[in-house]
Amino acid sequence: MNPNWKLILQIFMTFLKIGPITFGGGYAMIPMIEREVVTKKKWLENREVADIFAIAGSAPGAIAINSAVFIGYRIAKIRGAFAALFGVLLPTFLIVILLSITFIYVKANPIIEAAFEGIRPAVVALIAFAGYKIGLTALYDKATIVTAILTIVALFYLNIHPALIIIIGIITGIILVKVKNALGFTTKLEKDSNTKHKKKIFSLTNSRR
Amino acid sequence: MIPVIEAEVVSKHDWMTTQEFTDVIAVASMSPGPIATNSAIFIGYNTAGLPGAIFSTIGSVLPSLIIILIIAMFFYKMHEHKLVKSAFYGLRPIITGLIIYAAISFAISNHVIGAISTHTFILFTIFSLSLFALIRLKMNPILVIFISGIAGIIFFS
Repeated sequence: MNPNWKLILQIFMTFLKIGPITFGGGYAMIPMIEREVVTKKKWLENREVADIFAIAGSAPGAIAINSAVFIGYRIAKIRGAFAALFGVLLPTFLIVILLSITFIYVKANPIIEAAFEGIRPAVVALIAFAGYKIGLTALYDKATIVTAILTIVALFYLNIHPALIIIIGIITGIILVKVKNALGFTTKLEKDSNTKHKKKIFSLTNSRR
Repeated sequence: MIPVIEAEVVSKHDWMTTQEFTDVIAVASMSPGPIATNSAIFIGYNTAGLPGAIFSTIGSVLPSLIIILIIAMFFYKMHEHKLVKSAFYGLRPIITGLIIYAAISFAISNHVIGAISTHTFILFTIFSLSLFALIRLKMNPILVIFISGIAGIIFFS
């Protein structure tokens, strides 16, 4: 087997270009990937890319990395997956290292210290905002709202490792749906009208059919 | 992912304080790329230099790399499966709870919520205005952090 190294290099370069665009979450890079992978390079079809984003968004891990690995794999198997992964990671890696070095030097500066004093509550707001956004898609019936509240209470009183919580979540979901079915309730497994990015993926899927 | 990193890095290994960790999140969300990966690189670098950064990056990417490769190889259409959908039905509200809990505990350890004082009041105001800007004005998170930084310089230096 003679792997197509030229193609592998192209995959790497493409994702190297896409990497720096992932400012503030991976959803910003979706249109960029579309342009590079579908329109320009014609490696994949639009519908396939839309499916990949749906999976990459629901699988654990960052959507940017997940979709890069997935698309790389679809184009050129394992080698493609690694080429895309390194491509998308490299710019981020270098920029963060650079920022870390700068941060260590400027940290003791009183003005920078004051700035970070102001930034901390904004970070709290950022996390609250993430909770709000996922809450919009996650909480839409009694069972889901109660589950979320119970989670918060449990975290305050019990010292459970978050990774364990996620496993509990998966089991809870499966049991909840089973119990509700057994009691004769139907469960909507997803909210109908969704937040912005879901809509985007959805319209992406539809417009090409 | 932020609460998981916090549990490991702050509570378990004692590599940094919650306040330092909040600064990491701030820097990580200002950089391009996923916050989880960025904070892994940042924490790795601060704790053990360049090798630390490289290994924490590998560590943070490896699980999702393996999972995605498995999905890509075997169950391409897995997200349509009923059992997977049921799992997500329970997972999503629990993640919501997890994130809200993280926000509350971050607010407490960074004195955004706490004893009534001018300092707490200013911090809480910055928090409320930031949240309003994010939800209502749909402001770019980087811009929110930038403006809060300026507010910090005005009020605290």
